Amino acid sequence: MSAATGVAGRPAAERGPGIGARVAHGIRGYGPALVVAAAGLVAWEAAIRLLGLNAFILPAPSAIIGALVANWNGDRFPLAQSAQNTIIEAVGGFLIGTTAGVVVAFAASRWGAMRALLLPLAVAANAIPIIAFAPLFNTWFGLLNPLSKMMMAAVLSFFPVMANVTRGLSGVDPSQLELMRSYAAPESTILRKVRIPNALPYFFTALKLASTLSLIGAIVAEYFGGQGSVLGRMIVQSASALKFDITWAAVSLAAIAGIAFYMAIALVERVAIPWHASARGEG
Amino acid sequence: MAGPADTQPVVRIRGVDKVFAGRDKGRTTALQAIDLDIAPGEFVSLIGPSGCGKSTLLRVIGDLVQPTRGEVAVNGKTAERARKDRDYGMVFQAPVLFDWRSVEDNVKLPLEILGKDKAWRARRAKEMLDLVELGEFNRHMPYQLSGGMQQRVAIARALSFEPQILLMDEPFGALDEMTRERMNDEVLRIWQQTGTTVVFVTHSIPEAVYLSTRVVVMSARPGRITRIVNIDLPQPRSEASRETARYFELVTEVREALHAGGGAVDDSGMPTASVARTMAEGAVG
Repeated sequence: MSAATGVAGRPAAERGPGIGARVAHGIRGYGPALVVAAAGLVAWEAAIRLLGLNAFILPAPSAIIGALVANWNGDRFPLAQSAQNTIIEAVGGFLIGTTAGVVVAFAASRWGAMRALLLPLAVAANAIPIIAFAPLFNTWFGLLNPLSKMMMAAVLSFFPVMANVTRGLSGVDPSQLELMRSYAAPESTILRKVRIPNALPYFFTALKLASTLSLIGAIVAEYFGGQGSVLGRMIVQSASALKFDITWAAVSLAAIAGIAFYMAIALVERVAIPWHASARGEG
Repeated sequence: MAGPADTQPVVRIRGVDKVFAGRDKGRTTALQAIDLDIAPGEFVSLIGPSGCGKSTLLRVIGDLVQPTRGEVAVNGKTAERARKDRDYGMVFQAPVLFDWRSVEDNVKLPLEILGKDKAWRARRAKEMLDLVELGEFNRHMPYQLSGGMQQRVAIARALSFEPQILLMDEPFGALDEMTRERMNDEVLRIWQQTGTTVVFVTHSIPEAVYLSTRVVVMSARPGRITRIVNIDLPQPRSEASRETARYFELVTEVREALHAGGGAVDDSGMPTASVARTMAEGAVG
């Protein structure tokens, strides 16, 4: 029997592409979407000009960009500073929530009793509209303290991370566990060599969810008051001042921050777990 | 039901019962009064309808399932001691490769757990991959290999730490007939080169007869050994062995033993049909 028995006998050169090639491939994959987005912006601009739509209802992209540039370092609407502060809150909350989620997931997968206790509670807690707690968070952590916004982002990030990582750590193929048992491998080895690698794809899925949720948490929490130079306040104040081009500029910054955050994680995923179908762009 | 009496058995099973406590159906007797001796270097197949406990018996030998009653001795030790001494190499129906490890690193996994040094691991992985003729695929990831190649990696991994007993649970059940026959030859070749004792679970009669020195026929509900057929086909075996009159006699003998034990080869129907087809083709060709 020759080595060519298998169908998938690809030559070595075709094997795993390097990190650079994978990143380039990933960016190329977004090409068509970027073209469509650009075409959408052009159509939007054209529609506003042709229909003479009131900027009150929907400003043209050019007007939004104009407002963004004019207020980049503005006195009343300092957009750049606001975006920076909001991103700090979101990323801070993301880190707190993710860390807590991972810690609880490890505990839950290690001790069955803890899992039985925590998971129903987590499911119930996850069904609560946590955003409703924003005014209380202001009381608990300080209205002007960024921590009150960070904690909202943290709580929203916590649940998907905890649930997914728990599933990844405990949802190991039973045959893999039988195999490890046949090697008489200690539980610590099984954790290191099987459970943690198995949980990585789940972890990255959760991180992508958490990146979006943390930004939502931070901005919505900002709506309920706090320090002035944040995107949430920019949005609320510009809208009540009827400066909708500035509102749209602030919303655009939030959108760009959210997409960038998500893509950064997707990029790390691609490099960290190239063996997984989601990172190969097949799943 | 004992094996050759003149050698100290590698596996010695006496009066083993296994009762599973089911949730709604009550208790299921998976194994009843199992006695079996397996001599060093033997190739023993366990065959029987689904639910006859052949996989359970394999797992009892490998200390992955605890018997309800009876004794299992492996090299004069308990099965648990043998497992902790890494006497067993396991191969399952699925290759059970780890997606995040290259082919080579999958083969090295048991060696890492056994604490072998790096140079040894590298040398051993290369030897084993050469043995299963996948030497040049060492840097590939499992998803880049076909099912048959993945199963060969699993065999290389199971042999990497030189276990005394290779336990194989329907290792080729998921492969197509052509690949399965090639894998059979591969396993025979490896068995001859290494001298490892093999316990092999299958539901294919031709496979069991072709590979084994003895075929243990089991029946279901409760799972018990109904017959042990000595396979006296000359060694080494090859394609030609499949066409001898003795081969067909033995296939018939095993088939009749299975039917005498009650029921078709497999309640699911699939293996019964495939066995019937194989028999018909054999008779014509």
